[in-house]
Amino acid sequence: MKLEGRKIYKGIAEAEAIVTKDGISFYGGVDPDTGKVVEVGHELEGQSITGKVLVFPTGKGSTVGSYTMYRMKKKNTAPAAIVNEQIDTIIAVGCIISEIPCVDKIDINNIKTGQKIIVNGSEGTVEIK
Amino acid sequence: MRLKLTSEEKDMLDGKQGRSTQKSMEILTTLGEIFDAECMIEVYSVQIAGVSYANLGEAGLEFLSEMAEDGKVRVLTTLNPAGMDRENWQALGIEKEFAVNQNRAIDTFAKMGIITTCSCTPYLIGNAPHFGQHIAWAESSAVCYSNSVIGARTNREGGPSALAAALTGKTPKYGYHLDKNRHGQVLIEVKVPVKGTDEFGVLGKIIGDKLVELGKKIPYITGISSATVEELKSFCASVATYGGTALFHMEGITPEYNMYPKPRDNIFEINQDNLNKTRSELIDDDIEIDFVSIGCPHASIHEIATIASLLKGEKVKKEFWITTARPTKRIADEAGYSKIIEDAGAKFAADTCCVVAPIKGRFKGIMVDSAKACYYGRAKNKFKVKIGTIEECVKEATI
Repeated sequence: MKLEGRKIYKGIAEAEAIVTKDGISFYGGVDPDTGKVVEVGHELEGQSITGKVLVFPTGKGSTVGSYTMYRMKKKNTAPAAIVNEQIDTIIAVGCIISEIPCVDKIDINNIKTGQKIIVNGSEGTVEIK
Repeated sequence: MRLKLTSEEKDMLDGKQGRSTQKSMEILTTLGEIFDAECMIEVYSVQIAGVSYANLGEAGLEFLSEMAEDGKVRVLTTLNPAGMDRENWQALGIEKEFAVNQNRAIDTFAKMGIITTCSCTPYLIGNAPHFGQHIAWAESSAVCYSNSVIGARTNREGGPSALAAALTGKTPKYGYHLDKNRHGQVLIEVKVPVKGTDEFGVLGKIIGDKLVELGKKIPYITGISSATVEELKSFCASVATYGGTALFHMEGITPEYNMYPKPRDNIFEINQDNLNKTRSELIDDDIEIDFVSIGCPHASIHEIATIASLLKGEKVKKEFWITTARPTKRIADEAGYSKIIEDAGAKFAADTCCVVAPIKGRFKGIMVDSAKACYYGRAKNKFKVKIGTIEECVKEATI
């Protein structure tokens, strides 16, 4: 199945999806050293997002989160790609400065954790294998 | 793609003007597309936030260093407060390791041609746009002040998007740059006299909380007969902190109040009971005050003159910081205010403030005249807080 969305940042990544219905705050909500979600009570608390396609509705929290994403990219703990329902400026800017492929305007109910998916940030598509 | 770029902007995006300019244009065009901008516009000036090393961390600093490799600002660009006074950090109890890292960050900004003012009140110290000018500012209180009190036009930028505007001189034309997005949405009728920086801060919290509850952003406020610059800067900081507000109209005070119709629905009154109740929310029970601070947003020369007149011949018995911009401190030095204040035992903390300095847990209770400082005093620094007038704050420091 191929889903058509909107391109946010270019690049193609193929990886396992990790899906949540909760918003994500990279600043304070994700540990850039381990790549794990640390926000207390978050659906993904304790799980690693490193190397996966991170699928969530939208970003939240401090604008410093863009820098946290950049830090993760440099430390090789970043997600391989990001898929959102509706992008916000923190995640968009984070993807651009960290060069993480990103697509939004996707109905994330179509994607399940563990599925292999291909995110094409240059075309704005998400393919479920 | 709806966003139309000029040939110069395309060159920037294609990397013909260097890597930092290209990265900046990628940020700006992506934001432009997300928010459905038709074109880019030139900005008069930029205010950059995300300066304190406590917020930036190594991650932010790495990004800035990469941008500074070939990036130079194209417009007047000033800087938000840092995590410490650049000259007096040791006396204020800042660790050396932090100071070294903070200076690395400031030097990186300077390398790009940014004027390292380190202040949240750029409009008081030379970054002063005029009515209708397009700008790209971060720092929520200054965004609110420039949009509302000056009538300049900016969105609430984050650190990277403000830097991108500085390195290209452009911003995408959406949001508050357009007339159609500047209309008041909620009518707030203030039925009680409001006076002083503390009370304007209380008013900002009432309105900010109400806006969040309604899911609205732009209040149209009536019933304020007069307001000083200092009262407005306190109000801006508060309504931006509690309501995420970037723009308000105040009848008879702000320049755009009669450019758009008054909101006809969503009408709310504010009376003395509202002021009392919200003020009590900004005073913690069982507070033991060991720290007093004035200057959130940064103290103006008028406020410093007031503090000097109150402290003349007095001795403070508690840690007392006056946070301000270094250029304002220099005026205070020449006018003799600094000597009076320092002779009384109070300290200037220029370039920094209680929101961004690394002082978490260092004090038990803080007294301030700012509703914004109350929010961050609690949330970030884990202090108990108490709001009061500037006179009450100075008195508290001396007992």
